[in-house]
Amino acid sequence: MADKQLTVGNTFTAGIWSENPVLRLLLGMCPTLAVTTGTKAALTMGLSVIFVLICSNLVVSLMRNLLKPHLRIMMFTLTIAAFVTIADLFLKAYLPEMSAKLGPYIPLIIVNCIIICRAEACASKNGPWISVIDGLAYGIGFTVVLCILASIREVLSTGRIFETVQVMPGGFVPWAGMAMPVGAFVTLGLMLGLVNLATKKKA
Amino acid sequence: MEYLEHIVLVFISIVLINNLVFTKFLGCCPYLGVSGRLDMAFGMGLAVTFVTTLAGTLTWLIDHLFLLGTALEVTRYVCFILVIAGAVQLVEMYLRKFFPTLYEAFGIFLPLITTNCVILGLCLFLNLWQVNDILMAVVLSFGAGIGFTMAICIMAGIRENLALADIPECLQGAPITLITAGLLTLAFMGFAGMIK
Repeated sequence: MADKQLTVGNTFTAGIWSENPVLRLLLGMCPTLAVTTGTKAALTMGLSVIFVLICSNLVVSLMRNLLKPHLRIMMFTLTIAAFVTIADLFLKAYLPEMSAKLGPYIPLIIVNCIIICRAEACASKNGPWISVIDGLAYGIGFTVVLCILASIREVLSTGRIFETVQVMPGGFVPWAGMAMPVGAFVTLGLMLGLVNLATKKKA
Repeated sequence: MEYLEHIVLVFISIVLINNLVFTKFLGCCPYLGVSGRLDMAFGMGLAVTFVTTLAGTLTWLIDHLFLLGTALEVTRYVCFILVIAGAVQLVEMYLRKFFPTLYEAFGIFLPLITTNCVILGLCLFLNLWQVNDILMAVVLSFGAGIGFTMAICIMAGIRENLALADIPECLQGAPITLITAGLLTLAFMGFAGMIK
């Protein structure tokens, strides 16, 4: 990463595929597994993460020359906590139902490793413009995986997607296990396996 | 006596039945990342237990003494993360002085405890479950740490044996760990409903 010239294009391919936060770096597992029972929840979570990631990357990048090395992580976390509070209050005010459903997982974005990882790996070394793009790219990479995982789980556990659209035929027996923790772990495990398989074939 | 019984039940419940790792997916990063060797996993578990107990109690106190019911409630997340970061710093200094080998073995994972979701998650759950009793808050925090230690040690034990097994190439590493974790949660679901 460090040697390559950072451009908009390669930041996007890195964020979405070759360094996808969930599939490749295995970061931010706990929201990935916890909020993917439904597509709506996953999408809300993904958008909140994109918002926090862009804002924190921008702020960290602007203050990167003022930071003392040993206080760095502390400042990152405080910045992130401030933006997460904003996102949380916004959701409470405009989407109270969703906010109640996601519960503590919204504040838990503070300790989501993706955000600290991007602050440390990109925003603390690069200018504000590329940091914002980087935040957007990795945020989208995270959201896409979240939505794929959530659609698989929601379709298999209820037969519907977005809570209303019926996908499965009438005689479909809901697969209760998919809504439970075990469904999350096993589905993600198999997804990672598939990704490994796909990359190996290409190489 | 009845109170004591209640406390013991709460402790068992947070360790086995509502184990934060298995039911709430908290602490998945170290659970999947540091569970390669049993001794490392145990050390990590102990460090997390210590920090959770300290941070859980402190944040409960801060929440009830200063924040609840006042306009300062919006600063809750910032306060919590500060307390946790401070507690982690304390553990780091202690380990560096008294157990330098363990300190080196942990490496990057030690500062990362700050971003361990078990700890912040527990502090938030204490608020969400409306725990009104300091003793209960301490027991819950300690129990959550023990529960995490138990989960990560079971996982490390399985993975040490898994290293010798013949796994399809594309499932090696993280995928098989996730599938194992899924099977473990299935096993722990057997405890569900044991205590209300």
